[in-house]
Amino acid sequence: MIVRLLGEGQFRVDDSLIGRLNELDAEVERAVAAGDERALWSGLQALADAVREHGVKLADDDLSPSDAVIPPEDLSLEEAQELLQNEGFIPDVPSVS
Amino acid sequence: MPGLMARLSLIFKAKFSKALDRAENPNETLDYSYEEQLRQLQNVKRGIADVTTAKKRLELQYTSMQQQVDKLDGQARDSLKANREDLAREALSRKAAVQGQLDGIMQQGQQLEAQQQKLIEGERTLQAKVEAFRTQKEVIKAQYSAAEAQVRIGEAATGIGEQMADVGLAVQRAKDKTEQLQARANAIDELTASGALTDLTSSGDDIDRQLAQISQGGQVDDELAKMKAELGAGDAPKAIEGEEAK
Repeated sequence: MIVRLLGEGQFRVDDSLIGRLNELDAEVERAVAAGDERALWSGLQALADAVREHGVKLADDDLSPSDAVIPPEDLSLEEAQELLQNEGFIPDVPSVS
Repeated sequence: MPGLMARLSLIFKAKFSKALDRAENPNETLDYSYEEQLRQLQNVKRGIADVTTAKKRLELQYTSMQQQVDKLDGQARDSLKANREDLAREALSRKAAVQGQLDGIMQQGQQLEAQQQKLIEGERTLQAKVEAFRTQKEVIKAQYSAAEAQVRIGEAATGIGEQMADVGLAVQRAKDKTEQLQARANAIDELTASGALTDLTSSGDDIDRQLAQISQGGQVDDELAKMKAELGAGDAPKAIEGEEAK
């Protein structure tokens, strides 16, 4: 599975890590719901650390798309809420046609 | 509701599958897509240049704030030398206020520095991917049927689009952060310029002016003393001579 850490790049990780990533993802979601920015940051950092520790960085010229995308570690609570509420957080990308 | 990671992945997939659906004539699409990537790459470079410029401006502002801190420190010393502890206290409390703001801004400035480094790396990766796409599109044109080409284009374009969105988001966040810092630095500049910090800390009178008065007062005293000494130098020896003469 390929995971992108936003702002950092793509990593190839073993599929066995998916369960752990989903658990951490759920923690992050609870932190946002509780309005707890500290817990949000520690959750995001745990996610990123897990990927860095168990993953291998993809070559710069690899064009593979990612299976999962992880937000930046310093995401603010405000940004996280924006991200969960609408798609505006991610800028538009050039279309193919 | 899915978590942030899951939500982000969905957003990315939705964005790129739309792009995929529109690919009809593979060869034209490939060339157009490449041109579009080059254009976007230029935008990203411009965005990074903007962030760099704004960061330099901020650094100049730190310097002027640091000078302000140093000046207040000097004023405090001068005040103490002139036995004006009240003024020294005033200068030091202003110094503490400016220093506190400055520390906060410097700390965020360091985060910005780290973000800027990542931006540069992200741009390098994007450049490498766009270059890889240029090569790959020729291979796709030469070797694949229309249907196969479509799938390949979809994947390659998604890979590039992701990187583009990633760097684009990073540029946007760095810009926002720079603007926030700029606003904070400007607010402090205005405060120190208008003397509003004085009101926050203590009484109204400007330290500079009072110190100038003290030093002017000091000059007057010095000159007076000098004059007295000169005049006295004329009188006193006479008196002594006079006494000796008797």
